[in-house]
Amino acid sequence: MGFPEDVRYTQDHEWAREAGGVVTVGITSYATEQLGDVVFVELPEVGKAVETGKTFGVVEAVKTVSDLFSPVAGEIVEVNSALSDNPAIVNQDPYGEGWMVKIKLADAGEFAKLLSSADYEKLVEEAH
Amino acid sequence: MSAPTTMKRTPFTEYHRAAGAKLVDFAGFEMPVRYTGDVREHQSVRTGVGLFDITHMGEFLVRGEGAQAFLDQVVTNDVSALAVGQALYSPMCRPDGGIVDDLLVYRYADHYMVVVNASNMAKDFAWMEQQKPAGVTFENHSEGTALLAVQGPKAADVLRGHVPDAALELGYYRFLPGPVFGVEATISRTGYTGEDGFELYFPVEHGAKVWEGLIEAGKPHGLELIGLGARDTLRLEMGYMLYGNDIDDTTTPLEAGLSWTVKMSKPSFTGREALAKHKAEGLKRRLVGFQLDGRRVPRHGMPILSGGRVVGVVTSGTFSPTLERPIGMGYVESGLHTTGTELEIQAGTTMLPARVTARPFHTRGSHRS
Repeated sequence: MGFPEDVRYTQDHEWAREAGGVVTVGITSYATEQLGDVVFVELPEVGKAVETGKTFGVVEAVKTVSDLFSPVAGEIVEVNSALSDNPAIVNQDPYGEGWMVKIKLADAGEFAKLLSSADYEKLVEEAH
Repeated sequence: MSAPTTMKRTPFTEYHRAAGAKLVDFAGFEMPVRYTGDVREHQSVRTGVGLFDITHMGEFLVRGEGAQAFLDQVVTNDVSALAVGQALYSPMCRPDGGIVDDLLVYRYADHYMVVVNASNMAKDFAWMEQQKPAGVTFENHSEGTALLAVQGPKAADVLRGHVPDAALELGYYRFLPGPVFGVEATISRTGYTGEDGFELYFPVEHGAKVWEGLIEAGKPHGLELIGLGARDTLRLEMGYMLYGNDIDDTTTPLEAGLSWTVKMSKPSFTGREALAKHKAEGLKRRLVGFQLDGRRVPRHGMPILSGGRVVGVVTSGTFSPTLERPIGMGYVESGLHTTGTELEIQAGTTMLPARVTARPFHTRGSHRS
């Protein structure tokens, strides 16, 4: 199982991509495989403050439900409204069109502390 | 990922792996939960045809002069009413009326077969063994018996030419012994999906022949492999019970809405006195179906509230691919069980409005009743 190298990861199976102090966040392909078909994503409102490791939303799949944990601290500056009409995008394109929120970093240095692709792959392998 | 060696396998485990299934431990068996996706698999069964490996189910054979009387003592439904070639759904109860398991009884010309849930197999066998009278032979054939289900409106098309023609004429809950791809089997028009379909019981050593035959015969009909995930959404749309979720040894068939399977006209069966008393005193709670708006899904164990007070608990919940909305079942206090009653389900800190709904949720299935 390979994971994209242009994003960083959390142990809670979120990915994060940084550009100009704003971090785009979604869930990994490993997470979508574990969850199965996603039917609903509950996302926060724009402007909300989020904290590292704290819940910012909920992802409902047919079989199970999971909280979403913020990889970084900051402010929600955009949410993916396309997911409300078509949550299946999360399964189809988890690292692209299936993104969930964009967070303006409170601390520019925090992103670099997230897991690399290799570290995340090791974590997933150890889970089995 | 490698599975612990302690998990039991079926003759089809390697086919599942090769097909890319996600395999999980289910009642001690390594079983496919999903191949392509729960929703796609679900819809294939509703509109086409799907193949399920349900070999984990347990099969007991009962023989002897007193076989029917023995079965009528241990289960609540009426085994004596079965014709040869007919199957029956029944709870099996404890003396206090709690449900040991829900099962199927098949009547053959000279014996009976009892099909039980995998998670209850050891418990059921011990339970029945201790009530077995002298002169009845009771054997566990689970390890040697493979079980595949072919379910969906096109199920008969897949089997045509590979089973006796008479098998395609079977009514719902009827069966016959006969060859499937040349392998001696029990061909049963039963299922857990609400669609037309067949369940095929045969010796595990012929697994490859039957599986490969079905895959080949299924190609022109779009046969898809179906995991336990879709099996659950299919059964829940029909309001069918899942032991361990909706019913268990603390629930009675009466409160579960299974009174049609409890035959008080039988002079004796285990649990009869307790169930008669339970009925006379009135049911304190009842299993209901409910629908929700939105897309948040009720889950097993979530509290059910009415007027800010906890009045019950969710036993099953899912997102219904057919209705495209969340559905569930749960026990609520009597009086709140009537269709249309507004309830609330507590999902963490969120309250989800729910409405009691008649079951089945899905009423357009293709099965013959």
